[in-house]
Amino acid sequence: MAFWDYANPTRFLKLVETVLPWLTGLCVIVFAVGLYLGFFVAPEDYQQGATVRIMFIHVPAAWLCMMCYSIMALSSLGTLVWKHPLADVSAKSAAPIGAAFTFMALVTGSLWGKPMWGTYWVWDARLTSVLVLFIMYLGLMTLWRTMDDPIKAGKAAAVLTLVGALNLPIIKFSVDWWNTLHQPASVMRMDGPSIDSSMLWPLFVMAIAFTLLFFVIHLMAMRNEILRRRVRALRMRAASAAHPGTAAATAQPAE
Amino acid sequence: MDLGPHAGFIIASYVLCAITVLGLIAWVRLDQAAQERALKELADRGIGRARTGQDSKS
Amino acid sequence: MNGWAMTLFRRDISLSVRIGGSALVGVLFFLAVVTVIPFGVGPDLNLLARIGPAILWIGALLATLLGLDRLFQADREDGTLDLMLMAGRPLEVVVLVKCLAHWVATGLPLVVAAPLLGIFLNLDPVSMAAVTATLLVGTPALTLIGAIGASLTVSLRRGGLLLAVLVIPLAIPVMIFGVSSADAAIHDPMPFMTPFLILCALTLISAVIGPVASAIALRFAGD
Repeated sequence: MAFWDYANPTRFLKLVETVLPWLTGLCVIVFAVGLYLGFFVAPEDYQQGATVRIMFIHVPAAWLCMMCYSIMALSSLGTLVWKHPLADVSAKSAAPIGAAFTFMALVTGSLWGKPMWGTYWVWDARLTSVLVLFIMYLGLMTLWRTMDDPIKAGKAAAVLTLVGALNLPIIKFSVDWWNTLHQPASVMRMDGPSIDSSMLWPLFVMAIAFTLLFFVIHLMAMRNEILRRRVRALRMRAASAAHPGTAAATAQPAE
Repeated sequence: MDLGPHAGFIIASYVLCAITVLGLIAWVRLDQAAQERALKELADRGIGRARTGQDSKS
Repeated sequence: MNGWAMTLFRRDISLSVRIGGSALVGVLFFLAVVTVIPFGVGPDLNLLARIGPAILWIGALLATLLGLDRLFQADREDGTLDLMLMAGRPLEVVVLVKCLAHWVATGLPLVVAAPLLGIFLNLDPVSMAAVTATLLVGTPALTLIGAIGASLTVSLRRGGLLLAVLVIPLAIPVMIFGVSSADAAIHDPMPFMTPFLILCALTLISAVIGPVASAIALRFAGD
């Protein structure tokens, strides 16, 4: 089956039904393995001690908040360029998940920073960029919520997502520059310790687990969004059937 | 397993992450239940997708 | 400049300076923000001189954001926007001209007012000139970036706050380089020109991205 065949929402829902149980099972297994490796196999870091275990969730969360934005940017291209009917469904359902992962990355980062750097927050380039990313996720979610027509909201959000994607490297660059200017005289190491391979494995497994988790939730959220639009379309049709002529003008195509 | 002097931070970060993930899953499940309920309600009122040909034609 | 672009420019200018326009409210708001900050941080003149450029920049950012929600909204309400969409002129150029007019009516007064407000903040003449120069170069970027937010929220009845939330993350680079080049002019090993030229580059980039993106958004909002 070609990629384009999944443009049909009904067929996509069928695909989700078949794939989702397997993906969920795999996700649970990989999570179990990753947590086991992280807590019982990986040794303590000689500098960070046991706090290195926070890294096993912090790094995957940080990696996923980037990946999620990339997926949203690709989906926005799909909305604007190819007008793929599932693209804005994908982008819309990815935004809350991305916000959640960004939140996780920020929280675990702060909780790691307190014992390691002695403070919960520094205006370091990386932290600041992630905070900006978090604000952008929330802004996109708000934009989606405030527009009641999903098609228009999808297009507006797609424009903003792409502008954000263009802007994120600029923001990263300028925050880096700003940070070197205001480098605080603290004990923090910017480079971070080089990671031993015994710690790389749990990190790697946890990254796969988080990625699987993202796709599981993303597929479920996309299914919800398709159902929501179906409900909306049916309600509109019902309303236009009840009052012919008045509501017909505002009725939207189903998906 | 000894989490060292900073056990509180480690446990807190894992717990907060677990809460966030569970919150995401709860959001998705509740949303799904709500949409399916709405679809069922519409179907009961006779507005359902009786004509299934409508969506698979494209 | 083409005839129609000039006409549009003159129309927008005169709409924003006459009764019902909000061009000068921006400057008043700027004054109010700058006045209120010493009450927050204390009247220490050395401190004020140090953070003065930042205060002026934040005030200019907020004042620009305040005026932006009317950039396209008034035109949409009376149907002018639909006519512009149908007129067959390149919408990107229309947006650019409208941004330019908006900047002349609201941004330029801020730049003119900045040296006067600098007196309140104990800025020395060099930094006053530096802040004014960076504002002159940087505020067009704020308007152009804000145009994206304005066109995205054009169909919303209360889009002003959302616009600010959407635009502020995108305006961070302009903010950073504006304030740092103003700072660099006063007391730094940093040369003034490096951040200043990057600021100019940011303005030029946003002169491309802003009109293109907001033209796309306006077309979607129109149909």
